[in-house]
Amino acid sequence: MDKAATTQTTKSIQNNAPDNFSARPVPFRGGGFQPKPIRGVAPFVFIGLIAFWEFGSQTGFISSLVLPAPSEAFQAFRELIESGMLLIHLSASMQRLLIGWICGTTLGIIVGLMIGLSSIARAGLSPLVSAIFPIPKIALLPLFIIWFGIGEGSKVATILFGTFFPTVITTYGGVDNVDRNLIRMGQSFGLSWSSIVKKIIFPGALPAILSGCRISGSIAIILLVAAEMIGAEFGIGAYILLAGSLFATDQLIAGVAILSTMGLCFAWLIGRAEKYFLNWRT
Amino acid sequence: MDLHLEAISHDYGDLSVLKNISLDIHHKEIVCIVGPSGCGKSTLLRIIGGLELPTAGNVLQLGNVPADTLNPLTYIFQDFALLPWRTVKGNIALALEEHGLSAAEMDATISDVLARTKLSEFADALPRQLSGGMKQRVAIARALSVKPAIMLMDEPLSALDSQTRELLMDDLVDLWVREGFTAFYVTHNLAEAVRLGHKIVVLSRRPGEIRDIVSIDIPLNERSAFAHDLETKQKQLWDMMREEALAADQELIDG
Repeated sequence: MDKAATTQTTKSIQNNAPDNFSARPVPFRGGGFQPKPIRGVAPFVFIGLIAFWEFGSQTGFISSLVLPAPSEAFQAFRELIESGMLLIHLSASMQRLLIGWICGTTLGIIVGLMIGLSSIARAGLSPLVSAIFPIPKIALLPLFIIWFGIGEGSKVATILFGTFFPTVITTYGGVDNVDRNLIRMGQSFGLSWSSIVKKIIFPGALPAILSGCRISGSIAIILLVAAEMIGAEFGIGAYILLAGSLFATDQLIAGVAILSTMGLCFAWLIGRAEKYFLNWRT
Repeated sequence: MDLHLEAISHDYGDLSVLKNISLDIHHKEIVCIVGPSGCGKSTLLRIIGGLELPTAGNVLQLGNVPADTLNPLTYIFQDFALLPWRTVKGNIALALEEHGLSAAEMDATISDVLARTKLSEFADALPRQLSGGMKQRVAIARALSVKPAIMLMDEPLSALDSQTRELLMDDLVDLWVREGFTAFYVTHNLAEAVRLGHKIVVLSRRPGEIRDIVSIDIPLNERSAFAHDLETKQKQLWDMMREEALAADQELIDG
């Protein structure tokens, strides 16, 4: 019965088709606009670029005055390791970075939560934050030196101030975006104010806070070089600045590569934290 | 515990939303509130549960709250309101954590309500892994866990597709027949109202006033046998609401 019906339809299509129209498939118009991860492309581009650079330097196509060869920069890096200075520079920088960034983001999260939760704090602090956020902290370096001394204090303070403001802004943005219905739900079950903050608002704002950490981490590395302009003897930033003033471009490139690697490591750590804390997201 | 609403009126600025609503709910009764969209049904429910203060009037609790009740007035929301970062178990625990129960008591309560809502095997699933119907069952389990005196249900089935809605409605009927809960049930779906309501309160369009209260005496578990009577009731309700709904539909929101 079904079969008969199908054949009949097919027939009627076949009968009708040649008369006025020719049968052709509907053209496909969908697809696209969905970036997919492709493995192996990134290393290929990276290695390809460096190989081209090295080739250019070897053949004299790129003058060593303009840009040192990657092999020279690598040589400078090896010298840094062999002299044992890498560890000293790295530990000096990491200490400043970690103290500045941890204090800056912690304070930023606290102030961000305050602005997100209290109308008075919002009215009083949020214009202040908006006013100070765009000031380049480098411009304030002389003030930081007067306030916190020429030693570690002013270096840590630069990073602290630089990471504090973006964290405040992303945190209270995150708090504002927490679904109000979830908060009403918490209230309807008689949850206390502190439980609502701890169990509903903070986890709800965590995605925004973590992406704020990504930004503040990069800012911290950018400011590290600025901070180490203030009479630092050791540190990756100090090493780069010294190399720069001596026009030792091979050392400069080596130092910049170290900064970039630090940034990549930091981004990777934040990525792991996101995977761990935000596994509930789709 | 019964609840008495005493001349409740509510405005948002110049806009009057509810006018002079007086209403009673008795033990083990489901009161459905129906009305055209924007008539203040959900506002009324928020006022009843103390999430919003009415401009005038009072909501009074009559009688004592049962001793084992942790949260006398408990909501079930249209959008489920589950915490996406907590598992099914964790979402139910959220409602219990505040009450200083021992870990053993809490576990016992959680597995009890999960069993009653047929969710036991999903205890460790995250909300994103669940279908809409399952999410609402979790929300119902969470509400049951605090042993509410009165459940306040805000269009609990409206976010679900019609098949899931049928299934969940049967579950609610079963639950009522087994345990007999008291509930305010806000809906715009008249079929739900005649299936679940003992009393159906019809509100007029904004400002919402009580137009009529229709009682249905057929026991909940026997209603499927009286499909014809229910249809008549539903038609009667619809005739009452039709023009209001039409007028409400053509109102500008900012008016």
